[in-house]
Amino acid sequence: MDLFKLISEIEKVDPEVYDRFDSRRRVFKHFGTMGKAVTAATLPALFSGLFTRAYGQTGTLPAEIAAVLNLALQLEYLEFYFYDTGLKSANLIPAAERPGIEKIRNDESGHIKVLRGALGSQAFSQTDPPVTAFDYTGGGRFPDVFTNQATYFGVAQGFVDTGVRAYKGGAPVLMPNKDLLEAALNIHSVEARHSSHIRSIRRGSPGAMPDMNNLNQKPKSWISGTDNGGSAPPTTTPIYGPGTPATGGATDIFFPAESNITQAGVNIQTNTTGVAITVAGASESFDEPLDANTVKSIARLFRAPGNTVLFA
Amino acid sequence: MATTKHSPEQEEAAQGSALLQPIQRRSFLRYAGFSACATGLLLAGCGDDDDDEVANAIDVGSGDNGVLNYAYALEQLEAAFYAQIKTGTYYTGLNASSAERMILDDLAVHEKAHADFFKTALGSAAIKQLEPDFSSINFNDRSSVLNAAKAFEDLGVAAYNGAGRFIQTPAYLVIAGKIVSVEARHAALIRDLLAYNSFVDNDVVDLFSPTSATSGPGVGNGTGLERSKRPAEVLTTANQFLKQGSKLSANSLR
Repeated sequence: MDLFKLISEIEKVDPEVYDRFDSRRRVFKHFGTMGKAVTAATLPALFSGLFTRAYGQTGTLPAEIAAVLNLALQLEYLEFYFYDTGLKSANLIPAAERPGIEKIRNDESGHIKVLRGALGSQAFSQTDPPVTAFDYTGGGRFPDVFTNQATYFGVAQGFVDTGVRAYKGGAPVLMPNKDLLEAALNIHSVEARHSSHIRSIRRGSPGAMPDMNNLNQKPKSWISGTDNGGSAPPTTTPIYGPGTPATGGATDIFFPAESNITQAGVNIQTNTTGVAITVAGASESFDEPLDANTVKSIARLFRAPGNTVLFA
Repeated sequence: MATTKHSPEQEEAAQGSALLQPIQRRSFLRYAGFSACATGLLLAGCGDDDDDEVANAIDVGSGDNGVLNYAYALEQLEAAFYAQIKTGTYYTGLNASSAERMILDDLAVHEKAHADFFKTALGSAAIKQLEPDFSSINFNDRSSVLNAAKAFEDLGVAAYNGAGRFIQTPAYLVIAGKIVSVEARHAALIRDLLAYNSFVDNDVVDLFSPTSATSGPGVGNGTGLERSKRPAEVLTTANQFLKQGSKLSANSLR
């Protein structure tokens, strides 16, 4: 911790840094909370506290940050109840898959805890929505979702892949709050791990071959092109398709389909050397973000009729 | 500098003793900084920026280029690892049409695509081609190869997540996000190949445990968050796989 350098670096991006610290008296009061002499060993913690006080969250989150977190929270409830209900449904999830699905259910529960903690009074609801707030048949599209294994894991793949795209799309909004950003990134990668596992289950095992002619039946652990529209085309096609806006410049934020092979103006297929790379390989190498409105339109298929709170 | 926020401090200072007379906050901080470095017990980085640097390390730089070069370095390492897999008897012994071989082929393609992408995107700002040292890995042994793959993929995920806060340009954060989820897909699959249902485990994810079997959502211990790592911690591991002259530091990313 080089304080000289730190302060001068902060001053470059925040000319008001000195005004953010409390008065000298309050600084000493803060030091006093240690209840003992300030030693070199305690200084890092003290300064870390000082900076948290200067820059920490002081109450309300900006509306755009709260909106991103609330959408994420609603998606986590969608997922939590989906896995929880699946685990409680007789003869649905094979014994060999139960430990994995329990882990996924628990991860989502943890994400709910984290997001609620960050949102506090700004959460979309101060109480948990009930499981009946969701309609996992997707308005009758998947009537056997909790009795047919293939349907269940197909819908699961749709949820996790939507979640990964949603967090990726929301991340830039969180940039002003570095700790919230990191927490969201730490959820995002876990959702991607879930997606990989669900895709392995659908394939038959981690080491089973995908069927490249029918990826909606036996997908890879990564998204190849648009995965033929996902597990249940045409319902799941939007999960792998473009969002809005679908195109933009090299430093713009935009939401191409998962089949996109150009990143920051670089064509990944022609740019990659030394290995044989197909268009599919170029698309698999990068996942794509999705905008909030497109995510909501997908998720609204799974809210109970009459519910106007979720994914609004 | 803001000009209108002084009154609360002035008010409070007026109530204080001589000891608490207002001083320039800058002076206070400089004084405090000096003390922190002068107290004998060494604090990492204080006084000497080179304290924790690896000798002759290649520094990835600062700002967005620093983060991109950091990512480029890790992708180079991964790409070189998967390229070298193809020289070992574990890979060459796999049936040409086996799923495991297809998976390793895909991983090799993805990681080379990532590395070459960063090289092109960085242009003249890119760090040099690194020389890996994989002498600790037995490329003829499945367990050695897959455990190394697991370590690299998990490290990559933790590294991207922990470096996100240093990115300044939103579009670059999205690019990093596009790659890290693919790395997470890799990590989960390799882990499931080694031990089924270990796609998330407590070494990489702070697993959540419900308080009871009937707990409602969010009630329990843990967070379900990936355990992200800051660059210094990541590079300590990565440098074990790089030759002298190719070892890395990230002194501006902390």
